[in-house]
Amino acid sequence: MTFQLLGVNHKTAPVEVRERLAIPESRLAEALRRFIQHPGVEEGMILSTCNRVELLARTPNEGADLRGFLGDYWRVDRSLVDPHLYEYRERDAIRHLFRVTSSLDSMVVGEAQILGQVKDAYATARAVGAVNSQMDQLLTRAFAVAKRVRTETAVGSSAVSVASVAVELAKKIFGSLNGKQVYLVGAGKMTELAARHLVAHGASSIFVANRTYDRAIRLAQKFNGQAIEFSRLYETCDRADIIITSTGSPHAIFRREHGELFLSRRKNRPMFFIDIAVPRDVDPEINKLDGIFVYDMDDLQQAVDSHVADRKTEAEKAESIIDTEVERFQTRLQTLDLVPTIVSLQDHLESIRQAEMDRVRAKLGPLSAEQQLAIEALTRGIVNKIMHTHISTLKTAVRDSEATTVVEIVRRLFNLGGKKGERNGGGA
Amino acid sequence: MSVLWLRVALGCYAVGLLYALVALTRTAELLNRIALHAAYLGMVFHFVSLVEAFLQSGAMASVHNAESVLGFLIMVIFLLVYLVYQTTSLGIVVFPLVFLLTFIAATGEAPFLLTSDGMRTGWLVAHIALIFTGYAALVLSFGASLLYLVEERALKSKQSSGRLSRLPALEVIDEIGFRSLLLGFPFMTLGLIAGTVVAQSTFGRVNPFDPKILLSILMWTVYVILLYTRWSAGWRGRRAAYLVASAFGFALIAWAANYFSPFHGFARL
Repeated sequence: MTFQLLGVNHKTAPVEVRERLAIPESRLAEALRRFIQHPGVEEGMILSTCNRVELLARTPNEGADLRGFLGDYWRVDRSLVDPHLYEYRERDAIRHLFRVTSSLDSMVVGEAQILGQVKDAYATARAVGAVNSQMDQLLTRAFAVAKRVRTETAVGSSAVSVASVAVELAKKIFGSLNGKQVYLVGAGKMTELAARHLVAHGASSIFVANRTYDRAIRLAQKFNGQAIEFSRLYETCDRADIIITSTGSPHAIFRREHGELFLSRRKNRPMFFIDIAVPRDVDPEINKLDGIFVYDMDDLQQAVDSHVADRKTEAEKAESIIDTEVERFQTRLQTLDLVPTIVSLQDHLESIRQAEMDRVRAKLGPLSAEQQLAIEALTRGIVNKIMHTHISTLKTAVRDSEATTVVEIVRRLFNLGGKKGERNGGGA
Repeated sequence: MSVLWLRVALGCYAVGLLYALVALTRTAELLNRIALHAAYLGMVFHFVSLVEAFLQSGAMASVHNAESVLGFLIMVIFLLVYLVYQTTSLGIVVFPLVFLLTFIAATGEAPFLLTSDGMRTGWLVAHIALIFTGYAALVLSFGASLLYLVEERALKSKQSSGRLSRLPALEVIDEIGFRSLLLGFPFMTLGLIAGTVVAQSTFGRVNPFDPKILLSILMWTVYVILLYTRWSAGWRGRRAAYLVASAFGFALIAWAANYFSPFHGFARL
């Protein structure tokens, strides 16, 4: 038994190839049913996201022709797809799955979405019965590894886009963003994006001021906010906790005296200026006032860069966690693999039979060849009958979650030796 | 025995102190948890020590050791803050201070036993308990304003990531500081009133220029200014930190005045 994985991802294949292979959610169950009917596929799962399409299968030791399934199902020109495919087996397949689930193989390393996507794929595969025994354990382990990576490293903790850094900073200042007021000065795409992030994290009302009033109204409507005429900017700004500005003004709109005015009206409650305009809309002098924090485009970009660097070091830690986990899972699989256990059980009983035969032979006196054969057949028959029940019990037991324990017990019961021996003896 | 328990508590607080020192240079999740449990344990031993001292001296109004009581109360408020805000960041300030206070108490040769008749009135118990709670709240508020300044500086210099990232948000720190202050004020005020009653009944006329009284009044005045400026103009951050620091300073000197005030000293009464 082995695991086998075949796929394309954002690194190996251009989007034209990925979209050719992608399977919409509605057709996933049907695809899975066909997948497990493919020769050699004992269990299977299909993961299809915008960045990757992967087939994961449990196959017999000699493997299965997953590329063949690719050709059959998608009816694509193999020469078109083949150069972009990667295929892993056994340990490498396990490692790949662990890395994908832990978001180390993602386009944005550490993003949390992929775990949910793998979980969905797993749920679908379970629902159609494509995943039941060993694959089930593999995936359960993969989710545990992802959780471990998330808690033990900071790989997913830092924001890596300008908008998410802005949200992170706002949280650093205000704690919760619930009920915070956001003021957009200038109705550009970037302000809209940043505002969307803030609202998603709980910020409540939105005000929009723009030199073209119509555009302010349009943007305000998107957020159920309030449009404000540009001439009333200074008298209304103190309402806002967070101000995002991106006007095309050649001079700073907010200067120190404005900051002082806002602060006194706000009884010194803190304010956060996010200035994404170039040239800047906010005079850096304001940052010197107690309680006002100004971040311009460069500051935000710098934060993004440092977070990206942080993630790299954290990703290295995560890789070493995955190494140990792959090792651990391999060991577990070997225990689960019945072949070595059955082989040693057979050897064990055979040696008992031989020993008993030798002991009794002398007492029986000379035997004819027929009698000799009959005794051989008799003893062998007994051994095989006993073996038969054990082996079928083991085979059912192994599908259980407690399989390891059962196999262990059998090994101990018959004194079949430690794990090392079984690894050598098995043909896994 | 009481001193023994106190020394065990001291050992536990030492773990907290270690945390505080390490937390200055790096973040350590595990140590954070250990420190918190050590603090719980320390408080239990500390409490046992206080109860035993109280029972030993047999009198209602016996205070084994002023520093010990204050240290304990600071820990209580620290824990309250933890329960509400789930942050141990204040530990950076609180642990060294509590450790110091407990250390003084645990190694002090003669505990300040209050044995005179004048000390056994309920007014005195009230005076000590109230004032000490007020002090403890002030200490926490002081710690919070230090953290506020550190974090404000980090945000302004755009260095907010990295080692400071575990601090609570600026507004949360501010709220902790202000709430501690609000909590402390009634205790401090009532404590001073109770003190006045005790002094009047024990000594008759009291010299208002006695250093202890003068400093206490100064401290209280700063306290009032602090609350007023916060309420009317929303003073926070640097300005508030200076005020809290000066109130804290006066409180410290007022505490020290026990050693040279002609009539207010733990040992002499």
